[in-house]
Amino acid sequence: MSLVRLLCALIVSFVLAGQIVKPVYAADLASALTRFAADDFTETATAIDEIVATQAPQAEPILSALGNARLFVDMATKKVYWRTAAGVVHDALTGEPVATPPAPLSTVRVNNRLRRVLSNAIGALTLMAPEPERRRQVADAIFRSRDETALPVLEEALKAERIPAIARVFQQARASILLTAPASTKEQRIEAINVLRDRADMGAIAALRSLDAKSDAETKELAATAVTAIEGRLRIVGYVQNVWFGLSLGSVLLLAAIGLAITFGVMGVINMAHGEMVMLGAYTTFMVQEFLRANAPHLLEMSLTISLPLAFLVTGLIGIAIERGVIRFLYGRPLETLLATWGISLILQQSIRTAFGPTNREVSSPSYMSGAFDVLGVSVTWGRLWIIVFTMIVFFMLLMALKHTSMGLHMRAVTQNRRMASSMGIRTPWVDAMTFGLGSGLAGIAGVALSQIDNVSPNLGQSYIIDSFMVVVFGGVGNLWGTLVSAFALGIANKFLEPLAGAVLAKILILVLLILFIQKRPRGLFALKGRAVEA
Amino acid sequence: MITQYLLSRFEKTGIAFIVIIAAMAIFVPLSNLLLPTSSPLHVPTHIMSLMGKYLCYAILAISLDLVWGYCGILSLGHGAFFALGGYAMGMYLMRQIGTRGVYGNPILPDFMVFLNWKELPWFWYGFDMFPFAIAMALFAPGLVAFLFGWLTFRSRVTGVYLSIITQALTYALMLAFFRNDMGFGGNNGLTDFKDILGYSVQAQGTRATLFFLTALTLLLTYLICRWMTITSFGKVLVAVRDAESRTRFLGFRVEHYKLVAFTVSAALAGLAGALYVPQVGIINPGEFAPANSIEAVVWVAVGGRGTLVGAAVGAVLVNFAKSWFTTGALAPYWLFVLGSIFIFVTLALPKGIVGTLKEWSTRKRAAPELPKAPVAQPAE
Amino acid sequence: MSEQRTSAVLYLDGVSVSFDGYRAIRNLSLVIEPGEMRAIIGPNGAGKTTMMDIVTGKTRPDEGDVLFDGGKHDLTKLDETAIAELGIGRKFQKPTVFESHTVADNILLALKGPRGPFASLFGWRNKVHNEKIDEVLKITGLLDHRNRLAGEISHGQKQWLEIGMLLAQDPAILLVDEPVAGMTDAETEQTAALLRDINKSHTVIVVEHDMSFVRALDCKVTCLHEGSVLSEGTLDKVASDDRVIEVYLGR
Repeated sequence: MSLVRLLCALIVSFVLAGQIVKPVYAADLASALTRFAADDFTETATAIDEIVATQAPQAEPILSALGNARLFVDMATKKVYWRTAAGVVHDALTGEPVATPPAPLSTVRVNNRLRRVLSNAIGALTLMAPEPERRRQVADAIFRSRDETALPVLEEALKAERIPAIARVFQQARASILLTAPASTKEQRIEAINVLRDRADMGAIAALRSLDAKSDAETKELAATAVTAIEGRLRIVGYVQNVWFGLSLGSVLLLAAIGLAITFGVMGVINMAHGEMVMLGAYTTFMVQEFLRANAPHLLEMSLTISLPLAFLVTGLIGIAIERGVIRFLYGRPLETLLATWGISLILQQSIRTAFGPTNREVSSPSYMSGAFDVLGVSVTWGRLWIIVFTMIVFFMLLMALKHTSMGLHMRAVTQNRRMASSMGIRTPWVDAMTFGLGSGLAGIAGVALSQIDNVSPNLGQSYIIDSFMVVVFGGVGNLWGTLVSAFALGIANKFLEPLAGAVLAKILILVLLILFIQKRPRGLFALKGRAVEA
Repeated sequence: MITQYLLSRFEKTGIAFIVIIAAMAIFVPLSNLLLPTSSPLHVPTHIMSLMGKYLCYAILAISLDLVWGYCGILSLGHGAFFALGGYAMGMYLMRQIGTRGVYGNPILPDFMVFLNWKELPWFWYGFDMFPFAIAMALFAPGLVAFLFGWLTFRSRVTGVYLSIITQALTYALMLAFFRNDMGFGGNNGLTDFKDILGYSVQAQGTRATLFFLTALTLLLTYLICRWMTITSFGKVLVAVRDAESRTRFLGFRVEHYKLVAFTVSAALAGLAGALYVPQVGIINPGEFAPANSIEAVVWVAVGGRGTLVGAAVGAVLVNFAKSWFTTGALAPYWLFVLGSIFIFVTLALPKGIVGTLKEWSTRKRAAPELPKAPVAQPAE
Repeated sequence: MSEQRTSAVLYLDGVSVSFDGYRAIRNLSLVIEPGEMRAIIGPNGAGKTTMMDIVTGKTRPDEGDVLFDGGKHDLTKLDETAIAELGIGRKFQKPTVFESHTVADNILLALKGPRGPFASLFGWRNKVHNEKIDEVLKITGLLDHRNRLAGEISHGQKQWLEIGMLLAQDPAILLVDEPVAGMTDAETEQTAALLRDINKSHTVIVVEHDMSFVRALDCKVTCLHEGSVLSEGTLDKVASDDRVIEVYLGR
């Protein structure tokens, strides 16, 4: 019941603030403003109180201007104006900017007593501002400044505050003041320490560190343990965050490398045009969105779902064409395959550059890809989360497809023993083409996902090719699980190195570590052993 | 006596190559300096510089052919050695600018003053001396190649794995050189050179001398590589290329052979870079780009790997085509051409131009340089 | 390294190796005395080639001792090159010669002598060794093919070239894997004679399926089965062993 009543009250007050109150506060404000013309400190103090009471939107700028000696009275008309820091003059009554202010304006004077009244008044105004976000900002500012004079206003505001989350911020601000204020009692300080410990961020640590040096040993001790506790927690949050970012990067790496795990890992074909397949997938998404925007805007939200099968088809067919047209003549000559596919990658890049221009193309994100939420202090964006989920779905679908479909069976048969498979009636050239098509198609759907987080340009593929090869080689060629582990391991390692060394140096370090790792285990983490490998 | 020995072992293409390059080394600079610009035989300075650039590429190509054509190491990182040599020369040229830089600091290059550096980093010491810079142009890439090769060859990383990690090497170096903190001018690299050995790098005489030296170095590179490949050393290299494990069972330390070839090759590539930089007037991290290294591989493939001369021919031909294309209205189509060259050469001309010509002329004696292509069949 | 008291030039004891759970060699023991000729027979998958891989350092055993030259060298700790340098030469099942080199160059590469890169660049390997090469080519009957490319000669000639390379290498032990596969009867006989001749100055281990060839070698025979020794002795003794007949020779 009370909740309903509260809601009603809130709605009413919002409506009032927006609509009906306007003429009411206008009258009050007008009478308050006339007091400035008296040029008397007591009158001005009354005016300040009255302006606060009106709750007018321009109340805060008026009072701030007063504090900064930018509030003026036109003695002739008794009208009041304020000037912003940028130099624009506003009419205090209406709040509207004035193009040509009247010529002789006299500044409203303030003294020290008034300044104090003023700062409390501004604090009260803003701490009771109708927008919750504004109240939170002001409370946060007080939390950082630990300005003792704000304490009485804060206490007032705390009583009035109805939203628990914001009330908590008020309490924290109050705690940070109480902790440092010389006048606080021991009990108040200990309570403040507890409040700050719950806040558990860098700001809380800063507040706890500024504890008055004259405090007694027990309080100091408590503050110190609170700092240690918060630091421990922050470290864990940091780790969790690194792991999350690492998983996110790892899923991107896995997505980029998964097609390569098929073409390179299973078939042993070095496809340097793999990155371009990713790029083509991204451009397919762009084309689909353009088409929908022009013809069926209501389906725009579905653009990714439509792009996925299309990108798979487009890049898969191009892959089959490449296999039939070039690669099949080069089996058993991996170095030549490498060069020829590099040539293909140049041609594909330049084709896209010619068709779409060299600049980045805008690919929009559906609403479910945007936004973020907090888990244990780590901000999780929906886009990244979806990409991880999507990657895992692709990975497991591929795994299932290889294990449980006849195509997958044929593929494995051909890789293990080509001649035997052939004599069992499997059309090996067809299987080769299909396998390569599958690898390329996977690159294409990776492109759809990557279009959401990377720049869609002709160079998109180039930035992934070395990383993808590293992922596959590190994981062990021919081992999908190895690719999975390797992608996430590299992603997480990269994100843990980044804070220590910086993004570029972290990447260099990872590359160097990989080069060194390949020395130790030339066939990757999960390598096949035995005589078969030598063949 | 050694010359006689060598000459007795040159085939026709080799002798032709030596004669042509020697003639160019003498004729081009002389014609540029002595003949009036109106003469039809006069070589304009910008053409000479362009040719000098091609010859630098030819040196790089020959060094690459030594490891790829003869030893089967497809290095996708030779551009890194070229660039390292180029940086060594660039550092010398930077130190020669002295007080003529924008900030006029007698010791620190402009970019260091700009970054508020107070002292010259230790690795810039000595680069005010020309012989030291040249030594470093050989030594720095040689050292990187030696360390990389020592680790890699010992653990028997071969084939495409090796290619991929050489690519990772040059990629990592590129990222590193892009950083300002590295102390090599970051993104902008090293440029605005003034003097080399007291002569202005812009002067016609300097350019002619540089061309002469480049042609001479190309000859020298050819002779070194030719010598390395006709001795037993070269026979072992080819043995390693064709049957690495068999060579090992014969008791050869395959990794030592590879290491020597790779290190020498890297040092020669570095020398090419060192000659390249004063002629083009800039060195920046873009030279480390993996695409550059792969492009160098295609020069060798076009000319014919395992022929040395072919590598040089391929480098000049492809780069001539590139200049021709990219200066005209056809510029956007160059990458189509380059891509098609990659595909065409691997599919239709696996021995390259010189290799194929050689095969035609010696069909009767039938001595192909490369083994027959294995039967088309995916790697199992 | 456990110092073993043995006079054997090659001594294998308790050797086992497995690939992905498959035990290719199980507790194999084999002793070869200096100057001996030994034929190894056995069905496919008995571990004959894997045994050679272990001796030449291509495969590292999971357990067991592999000792060379009276127990002086532990072969399990050395790589292929070091083992070849000690004096163990190998001919492969599938003839492996350097096809883009001439026959003479193949022998030159194999010739005993310094093998470092600098010896090849500046020194010993560039001296003229024609007499030695011709001597080997004469023994293997390849003198007429001296300047042909090794890729162009026939399969049987490649087999002999590989044996010639072994001779040029002049090792203490020759491991010869299926030397007569794909040879005519006459060639097979010649090869047997050649190997017997080589055996006068070298220890020889031959892996072969061809029983008439093994008989022509006239030496001690070891039959392997499932990675361990099934039977050992003269050919007649081994051939009459019931288990050998069961798994290999057939009735």
